Formats: sequence, C-alpha cells, structure tokens
Amino acid sequence: MTVTAFETGPGASASGPAIVSLNRISKTFSNGTVALKEMSLDIREGEFLTLLGPSGCGKSTVLRIITSLTGPTTGRIDWPLESASQEEHELSFVFQEPTLMPWATVFGNVWLPLRLKGISKKAAHDRVMEALEMVGLEAFSDSYPRELSGGMKMRVSIARALVTKPKVLLMDEPFAALDEITRFKLNNDLLQLWETFGWTVVFVTHSVFESVYLSNRIVVMAARPGRVVNDMPVDAPYPRGEEFRTSGVYADYCRTVSQALHAAMDANDHL
Amino acid sequence: MTIATDQNRALIEAGTDAVPLDPAELRKARSAQIERIGRWVLPVVILVLSVILWDRICVWNEIPHYIVPRPGLVLDALIQDWPILSQALLNTLRITFGALMIATFGGLALAILFTQSKWIEISFFPFAVILQVTPIVAIAPLIFIYVDSVEAGLLICAWIVAFFPVLSNTTLGLNSADHNLRNLFQMYGATRWQTLRYLRLPAAMPYFLGGLRIAGGLSLIGAIVAEFVAGSAGSGSGLANQILEAGYRLNIPRMFAALILISVTGILIFLTMNLVSHLLLRKWHESALKQES
Repeated sequence: MTVTAFETGPGASASGPAIVSLNRISKTFSNGTVALKEMSLDIREGEFLTLLGPSGCGKSTVLRIITSLTGPTTGRIDWPLESASQEEHELSFVFQEPTLMPWATVFGNVWLPLRLKGISKKAAHDRVMEALEMVGLEAFSDSYPRELSGGMKMRVSIARALVTKPKVLLMDEPFAALDEITRFKLNNDLLQLWETFGWTVVFVTHSVFESVYLSNRIVVMAARPGRVVNDMPVDAPYPRGEEFRTSGVYADYCRTVSQALHAAMDANDHL
Repeated sequence: MTIATDQNRALIEAGTDAVPLDPAELRKARSAQIERIGRWVLPVVILVLSVILWDRICVWNEIPHYIVPRPGLVLDALIQDWPILSQALLNTLRITFGALMIATFGGLALAILFTQSKWIEISFFPFAVILQVTPIVAIAPLIFIYVDSVEAGLLICAWIVAFFPVLSNTTLGLNSADHNLRNLFQMYGATRWQTLRYLRLPAAMPYFLGGLRIAGGLSLIGAIVAEFVAGSAGSGSGLANQILEAGYRLNIPRMFAALILISVTGILIFLTMNLVSHLLLRKWHESALKQES
C-alpha cells in the first residue's frame, strides 16, 4: 500500500502552525529493518499529539529522529518556527523509565540539563525549585531516587524535562510502567500543566484509553514498515476530568480509535 | 497541584509505631537481634577457642617450641621483637600502600583511557591480561635484575598484582552507565568531559570500589611475594624478610609473629576498604543499603 502524506490532518483542531514538520521520513536500520517508510507529519504548535500503534511501528523512532538522537535514512525534518541561527531545538524528552541518576538527589537530577549548560547550582536553584513545584515535589529536593515511589520518580523525570522551559515535550510511553491509579493521577497533572503552559506535546503510547483521554489529535501508526495510517482529532473540550473519562463521548472516541488501531494491525496480516 | 497518592504512601511507611506487633513479628524482631549480636560474638568465641586448642595440642603432644610454638610464646616474640618487627611492618606497609596508590590511580587512568576509544581498549587490554595471568613470582626475578633500586622493584611487583582488578572493574563500570541516561546527556549536548564527570564516573564508582577492595589485599600479597623473591639480596627490611631470616635461625615464634602481623594488616586493609566503600555508596547504591521488610 502507498502511504498517504497528511499535510493537515482531517480534523485540525484549534492549534497553531506547524512547529515540527516531518517530510517523507524513512529509517532503515543496519540490520535491514525498515522502521519508518516515507512518513510525513506536521506537528502543530500547542497541540497534544499522541502517536498510537502496536509495538514495532516506529513510534519511538519518530521521537528519536525529532530529538536528532538518530538521523533519518531519507527525508527531512523542519522546524518552521525557528530562525536558522538557533543552535538547539527547545525540546525535552521523557523516557519510559524515570532514567534518574541514583547517586544524585532529586535536586541534582532536575539540575542536570542546566548544569550541562554550565549553570551553577546557585544560579539554577530557583528554576529547579520551580520545576519541582510544578510536579509537587518541592519538599523532596534532598531525597534520593531510591526513596521515592515509581510515580514520584516519574514526576522528577518530568520536572527535569520542564526545567529547560521547552517548547516541545516528547514523551515515550512515560506512564506505561505505573499502576493505573498513579497513571490516572499523572495523566490529570500532565494535562493541567499542558493547559497552563501550552507546550506542544508528542506523546507515545499503546493505550487507546490514555491517548483519547489526553490528546486532541491521535496519529495511528502501523508496523512493518512503520507508517501513519490514520490521523484523527479528539474534539473534546479541556479541562478533562473524571466526567470525561466516564462520558459517552469518551467511549465513542475509544471505540473509533480502537477500530482504527485494529485496522492498522489487520493491514499487516494481509501483507 | 497535589501529589496525594505517592506522597501519602511514603508518609505511611514512615510512622506506624503506634500499632503493637503480633507474636510472629516479635519473634522475627528477637531473632534479628540475636543475629546482630551473634554476628560479632560467634567469630570471637571460635577464634579464642582455636587459640586455646592450639595451646592444648602443643602441650598434650609435647611439641617442641622450635616446631610449633605455643601461642604465649608467639605473643612474647611479638612484644620482645617489636622494635624489629614494627620497623619491618612499616617497610612492608610503605610498599603496600605505595603500590596500592599507583594501582588505584594508574588503573583508573587506564580505564578512562580505554573507554575513550574502543580501539585503545582492544589494543592494550591483552597486555593487562598477560601481566595479570603471569604469576608474579615468575616475573619478579627479572624485575630485580633490570631495576637497580630494590624499593622500586618491590613497588613494581606489588603494582603488577594489584592494578588489574581496578582496571578491569573500572572499565566495566564506566561502560555500564544507563543507556537512556547516555542518550539524555547526548540530547542536552553534554561534552565528553561532562559525560565522564557527571555520568560515567559516578556510575563506575561501585565497580571501582569493588576493584579497590580486591586490590588492597593483592597489593599486600604482591609486596610480600616480591620481598620473598628479593630475599637476602634486598635490604632485609620487610615482614617477609623477617620470616625468611627467622626461618634460617629456627626462630619459629618470630616467624609466627611476623605472619600474624601480615594477616592483621590484610584484615585491616580489607575493613578499611569496606568502610570507604560503605561511606561513599551508603546514600544510593543497593549494596550499601539496609534491606527493608
């Protein structure tokens, strides 16, 4: 099947111009695996975009390419809103695991991105504490990661991503390892922060429910080769809370997205 | 924004002393206490008993003191020969710690060099292995031929024995920094030096300390073996020389006394390394944490 390029998704919601633009990105690994094939995607400023798909569909590869951890085999990434002189993209990454340094305190972990830019502990103090306050951990700045629960570690990880005041937040299945109650809580907190600060979020998950609850645009991907098969808006108003999670609208979206996901997976069975 | 669930869980764990313990838990607490005391008392009791047994065996079998001296005689030798033995001990300690220092910093520096380039590691690691697997007693005579100063020869021998664990452990540690953390450093544009300083070195710390613990004991062994090889050619100053010399004169109690000093030194080095390791890792590393629950 040929891959459709989505210039603008069918249900472009009230988001701004493209902040990251992927143009016919392909990625083939050295072992011959085609992780992505001619994928085009415009990520628009301020949107909460979820990449949803089965494992092996190249969701994480998309994020790695956006962060320049890996280069695409062919294709181009543009940052239309940035001036050419800008050296670094203002983005942050949250991994599936908290990925904290066990030998450093919570403060030391959140300080890290600033420290690598040469900002001293004293100069960074206010910004670090501000980031910790955003995730509600200001009282734990002197704790070590091992003293924290899984959810709290993830919060530290998020605080570390926020401390640089990024424009784009990339999250690679950040809550996949957490229990459902903690996950709901972190979902709500993340949404609240997103509404307040209005970053662009690219969120990778394989949970239909999480994708519908969080995002205002869901991009469904299929595997072998990784490609976009569906691009759908979620036009439910924010703030979203428990009412939304139990509403009929939510259930309808979940069904639609679930069907799209199954279609994406079935497509492979016929290949 | 609040963090009810997570935070509460931590708080609940902190304060539950109001509820009385059930019998099973009480039993558990009591046996834990007994174990704490037994851990110290038992080895001491066994040690004392074996010394008494040693004494009794000597008496019962009428073993002459120039074959196996009674413990009291060894103690006498230790006290009477203290001026000679303490000087010998100091000399051996100087070689041991000198070699340990060079092994530590040399091993660390080489490990850092190795991890900067895979090619350097591939090229030079075999040499480290060759040095390690060749018995030091076999190399030492050559070293004493090529090196004029006995002290330098002793240092080189002790160093050869001690540096490998530091090198191999630290290399392993530097390479075992979390993959995602490395990606993170790369993403934030960390320099090679920053990655080493803030990520690789701290991650290697437990491994390095493990290597150091082995190296501490080995540098003592290396120093003693080298002294034996240097033998009477040396200035005759270390504990091994004392053992050799006392052996020639059939002064068995002094041999035992010197042997005991070597053992005690080894034990003290081991305990010191354990303490250093504990102090450096107690805040974060699993090995230094008390098991809960």
